[in-house]
Amino acid sequence: MIGAPVQEQLDRGESDNVALDDVRRAFRSRRGTVVALERMSLRAQAGEIVAVVGPSGCGKSTLLELICGLQTPDSGSVRCAPAALMPQRDLLLPWASAIDNAALALRARGIGREEARREVTPWLKRFGLEEFARRRPGELSGGMRQRVSFLRSLLAGKPVLALDEPFASLDAITRAEMQGWLGHVLAEEVRTVVLVTHDVEEAVVLADRVVVMSPRPGRVVVDLPVALPRPRVRTDPAVVALRAQALVELGVGR
Amino acid sequence: MRRVLRPLPTLLLLLIFFGAWELYVDSGGVNNLILPAPHSVIATLYDDRGLLWSNFLVSAKEIVLGSLVAAALGFAMAISMHLLPRWRGAAYPLAIASQAIPVPILAVPLVFWLGFGLAPKLIVIAIVSFFSIVVTTMSGLATVDPALPKLMATFDATRWRTFRHVELPAALPGLFTGLKLTLVVAVIADVLAEQAGANSGLGYILLTAGPQLLTAEAFAAALILSLFAMLLFALLTAAERLTLPWAYQPRGDGRS
Repeated sequence: MIGAPVQEQLDRGESDNVALDDVRRAFRSRRGTVVALERMSLRAQAGEIVAVVGPSGCGKSTLLELICGLQTPDSGSVRCAPAALMPQRDLLLPWASAIDNAALALRARGIGREEARREVTPWLKRFGLEEFARRRPGELSGGMRQRVSFLRSLLAGKPVLALDEPFASLDAITRAEMQGWLGHVLAEEVRTVVLVTHDVEEAVVLADRVVVMSPRPGRVVVDLPVALPRPRVRTDPAVVALRAQALVELGVGR
Repeated sequence: MRRVLRPLPTLLLLLIFFGAWELYVDSGGVNNLILPAPHSVIATLYDDRGLLWSNFLVSAKEIVLGSLVAAALGFAMAISMHLLPRWRGAAYPLAIASQAIPVPILAVPLVFWLGFGLAPKLIVIAIVSFFSIVVTTMSGLATVDPALPKLMATFDATRWRTFRHVELPAALPGLFTGLKLTLVVAVIADVLAEQAGANSGLGYILLTAGPQLLTAEAFAAALILSLFAMLLFALLTAAERLTLPWAYQPRGDGRS
């Protein structure tokens, strides 16, 4: 049960779930060509959590869309196991209850409403959302909405999760709680995760590797392994040191 | 208690309006045959209640059915234009143009082809009313965040399932808004349609009352139509709150 999609991947002897090589992606607009990514390479092994940090507009969202197959590169190659997106902000359907929102990936595959609900119910229990199953998003707190949103993408059953700044809209306290929660969930429910974030601390606390990107056109500046035991504490000197190093690479440290 | 008091300002405004009207006519400012005093309109409403009621039923049926036809037509058009951009490019300008057509020039040939019955009224109401439903439904569809179809694509959803689960429900508040706008216009459209050719209905009463100098009767018919529009609007608002409660719910933290 745990990490089944990833286990299948490993059983087939595939080690890389995400492999981008020398990718270029540009967009033409009226003002000219904007190169979002240039000579971008990124790999993530099965079950690995890779955080991607970079300045605004460095092509992070483009990167996730390439991984999810929503875009194709102009040149270079993208080879990825099936990926599910978790969009920026929760983007829950305002008319649907928490349980129906969480079941969206199942409904997208054509599973009927009642069966989808039955399948989702134990997950809501696990994620502490059981009492709120029938509430609509407007009646949920920001943290609860993010949990429903994460569950919705998790239940797509894809080996790769592409998380686009999942906690950016939360207040600092809720965000810290949710980071702890996500670390806990991913320890049990192993997926290959590409986590785009602008929060360096979030990256160091959660990821196996922190990839720092340059301003546009985006490419990898440095790839920092985070060889620290979990769960990580954000005040741990080793965490603080890595965070400082990543900030230096981003050009904002001292 | 608050709920009971809410219509009070409206009633007060009405009272002032009708009071001034009554005073103006009673003081001899205008002939009662040109502008009847409110009291004679109300007296006619009572005296001619049988005639007015039976003709009201005819008009009410036309207005309600016509609005339903307009809703179905407008909704289908909005959805199809949303799903098929080329169809949208071809049809949208024509839909706009259809709104500039003065209705009477259409009503007359419709009566010629279809007679004095229900059909020409429904068509006139639908032509006049469908466009606001197209516009509001399409703006409802436009509220769908572009990231949601992308999300559905990573869930391997077909175009139909993306539409069914993510876009269609978002269009419903627009449909209701369009219907609310439409109902009031449908009343006027029905009157125009009846005047082009009918032998019953409040529009027909309005048409025949004029030459006979039955001004109070014409005003009574108009009053009934106004009250009917208000009633339909209230019913629709109630139905909307019942079927789409989420559209009335503020999001927890005020983000959109």
